[in-house]
Amino acid sequence: MEYIVIIIAAIFVNNVILAQFLGVCPFLGVSGKVSTSVGMSGAVMFVITIATIVTWLIQNYVLIPFQIEFLQTITFILVIAALVQMVEIILKKVSPPLYQALGIFLPLITTNCAVLGVAILTIQKDFNLMEGVVFAMATSIGFGLAMVLFSGIREHLDRMEVPKGMQGIPSALIVGGILALAFMGFTGLA
Amino acid sequence: MNDQLKNLTKGFLKENPVFVLLLGMCPTLGTSTSAINGLGMGLATAFVLMLSNLVISLVKDFIPDKVRIPAFIVIIASFVTIVDLLMQGYLPALHEQLGLFIPLIVVNCIVLGRAEAFASKNTPISSLIDGLGMGLGFAFALTILGSVREILGSGALFGFPLHIFPTDAKGSPITILVFVLAPGAFIVLGYLIALVRKINN
Repeated sequence: MEYIVIIIAAIFVNNVILAQFLGVCPFLGVSGKVSTSVGMSGAVMFVITIATIVTWLIQNYVLIPFQIEFLQTITFILVIAALVQMVEIILKKVSPPLYQALGIFLPLITTNCAVLGVAILTIQKDFNLMEGVVFAMATSIGFGLAMVLFSGIREHLDRMEVPKGMQGIPSALIVGGILALAFMGFTGLA
Repeated sequence: MNDQLKNLTKGFLKENPVFVLLLGMCPTLGTSTSAINGLGMGLATAFVLMLSNLVISLVKDFIPDKVRIPAFIVIIASFVTIVDLLMQGYLPALHEQLGLFIPLIVVNCIVLGRAEAFASKNTPISSLIDGLGMGLGFAFALTILGSVREILGSGALFGFPLHIFPTDAKGSPITILVFVLAPGAFIVLGYLIALVRKINN
């Protein structure tokens, strides 16, 4: 039951992009086409889940025993940067087709605030490892959902006649606002 | 001298990190619920940007090219930790409001972007000024966005009530609450970017 609450809350109620504003850069940057946003979401899900497991272990077995929690930001960002590199190298060797699909998105993910954000949130919310993994996966599903919905709308928006100053990002942001408004309807679900 | 002045002022409109370069969107949208929060976040980022720019341009000759990005990240993360601890100590209320977004300054594209694009190629003094200019431009953008949202959403500015909205039976103003919530951030920023484009042309 607890897991269901975590999942519903992370996907709909506190959607990572539309309610918490984490990962807005890729949301605006690579959401021009549905296919690229699916690829990006896949890569993000992969990295967020692994990063959450690794940072959780580091927090509980290194930082807390040695009482150096203040090094959290530095440690986490370095771990995530190294992890992204490692995932890229391993994927290239082990699964070339998957690398083909996700490869170009991986370097962009280090600076995706959703990854570091979820890692820190998992610690702040006092989740155990299993809850952390569920939370990370649900968050990245929420990320994917928002990305795909948004890119679907943007594909249509490109064919519309928009006033000159509003072309591109401004109209995309307003669409994002309306989408966020729609997601507010989920408040109270969990 | 003229160059330095240009480095300082370009961040406000011509190369504003938020309105023109479209960098650092997450903290921009996430922390601009009021003018004070926007200004606080902007100044915290400006502080990190200025000092990390200075330090990176001082040590740039000692860092091998291959490990320069991780080295930059460590320098930036150190200053973010300093800001985090200072704010926790001296401005606990603001720290509480900004929450997660303080440690997330590390992944703000503006900071790493300026380190890579400017500080790793220029002298310490101009890097410091560039960091200050860009940081103030970022703070400026967040304060404007926060002010618009606060005026429309809470009928106040910097916490002072403006009495522009009609009041209900209990005397509290009837505001357009959605502007303080998540959707308002996207919508106001969209219109502000369009406005800045108009001004810059």
